[in-house]
Amino acid sequence: MKEIRFHGRGGQGAVTAADLLAMAAFYEGRYSQSFPSFGTERRGAPVLAFARIANSFIRRRSQIYSPDYVVVLDPSLIEVVDVTQGIRDDGKILINSEKSPDELGLETKAEVHTINATKIALDVLGVPIVNTAMIGAFGAMSGEVSLEAIVKAVKNRFSGSLAEKNVRAVEVAYQKMEERL
Amino acid sequence: MKEMLHGSKAVAKAVKLCDVDVVAAYPITPQTPIVEYIAQMVADGELGAEYIMVESEHSAMSACIGASATGARTFTATSSQGLAYMHEVLWIASGMRLPIVMVNANRALSAPINIWNDQSDSISERDSGWVQIYVETNQEALDSVIQAYRIAEDKEVLLPVMVCMDGFVLTHTMEPVDVPSQEKVNEFLPPFEPEVKLDPEQPMTMGALGEPQWYMEFRKQQDEAMGRALSRVKDVDEEFGRIFGRSYGVLEEYNTANAEVVLLTIGSLAGTIKDVVDSYEDVGLVRLRLFRPLPEEDIAKALEGASVVGVLEKDIALGLREGALCTEVKKVCYDHGLSTKVLSFVCGLGGRDVRMEDVEKAIEVCRRAAKGEKVSRTTWLGLREAVL
Repeated sequence: MKEIRFHGRGGQGAVTAADLLAMAAFYEGRYSQSFPSFGTERRGAPVLAFARIANSFIRRRSQIYSPDYVVVLDPSLIEVVDVTQGIRDDGKILINSEKSPDELGLETKAEVHTINATKIALDVLGVPIVNTAMIGAFGAMSGEVSLEAIVKAVKNRFSGSLAEKNVRAVEVAYQKMEERL
Repeated sequence: MKEMLHGSKAVAKAVKLCDVDVVAAYPITPQTPIVEYIAQMVADGELGAEYIMVESEHSAMSACIGASATGARTFTATSSQGLAYMHEVLWIASGMRLPIVMVNANRALSAPINIWNDQSDSISERDSGWVQIYVETNQEALDSVIQAYRIAEDKEVLLPVMVCMDGFVLTHTMEPVDVPSQEKVNEFLPPFEPEVKLDPEQPMTMGALGEPQWYMEFRKQQDEAMGRALSRVKDVDEEFGRIFGRSYGVLEEYNTANAEVVLLTIGSLAGTIKDVVDSYEDVGLVRLRLFRPLPEEDIAKALEGASVVGVLEKDIALGLREGALCTEVKKVCYDHGLSTKVLSFVCGLGGRDVRMEDVEKAIEVCRRAAKGEKVSRTTWLGLREAVL
């Protein structure tokens, strides 16, 4: 079983990101689960969302404390919360940032990757909502879900031109991350 | 067809499949998405139901009572303070023997105000004459709503049914759910055809004054109906299994065959406990699915091999210094002459996460008790002792 923790701010789409990842895993024929941290929703406040991916039905309902992956949608959160908390030593952290992993200087044994998802979102969507770009980059970084499965999840969740734009954001971010690896 | 669904949407889909006639509801977190989805279905013409907007939960249940008395298949959903506000009308629904189905998205009661999950709300309504089913998964939530109408509308039962699902933990969690076809649901659930109903063409009175020479007989009949409901819940679940390939029983036994210690719980916590007990040879789990009527024989049979039972529950019966379910398990053991030691583990109140370590701690306490060590009869799991 793989466990993923998302850090975002209310309104950035962290919960949707977790849902999209779970849906993509489901389309790959795997079992998955996604849930928010159940806080009172306030725009801008730090929020958590979680996803699990496994090869059989996921029974446990507790929150995730030792994630295999951490995805940070908002770089300013690094100053506020310890995004590395509990991450496995062989885990991977993906951060939306224009900086390089070295410049961020996180104290962790886990592998750190960055992607400028805000730029991708602004270029493609015209708004700084980074969840779809981050899932695209996550797919390339982790290999847990394919580009096709993510695109299918995005098309299921959004419709019309919004779906098209978000698919583009996923593709751009996926390619950028793939080139970098 | 299998889909990724939030628990709230799984319930809304079940309501649609049951071709409900009247929905009356008032929003309350974490139940709100259920009735939002239903309202959308009605607005889009997918569900040909009357959606009644009301100003409170008391009115929501009152509207359901009126609608159900005319022979309409009715649904509502609520949580916490909403259920508490319905309290007096819950008794009217059950006393009038109306087969209303309600989903309660389990949430803690105030004060302190708290929107998160525990089961104090529906446990507090245990004596109100409603059948209560607690589900573990979103699949079971969907399936149980469909089963609930069959149970409620059965002429031998005619009691309202409450399907309890953990708020947020299920309602806001997305997981795979197999949504049955309309044809299969139609095969399983015939239209509701009451023997008596309010009809302007043939006027009659329902819910009339029950004077002292009648009142006790009404209650006795209700109590008898609860007794019959137990076997009907089993029959309906078996028939559901034959048609849909899924059945749940009134309780589920997991690894109990050689278990010296058995944990007992209700609701979604069972999933986490299953993952924990997999690491033990001599620890099993009983997940109680039907809480009212209490399947006492089934519980006694499931517990007879165990020396210690740990009851993990998300409620506290204030004044008993233990969980309400624990007291009931003790009653079952007493009535069946079991010398099983029953320990209470209070956990998950007001949304406190129940971690796998918490379950391990409960097992450790139970194991010490099994060795004859003296242990506290009630343990609060995940409690922050330092701030007390």
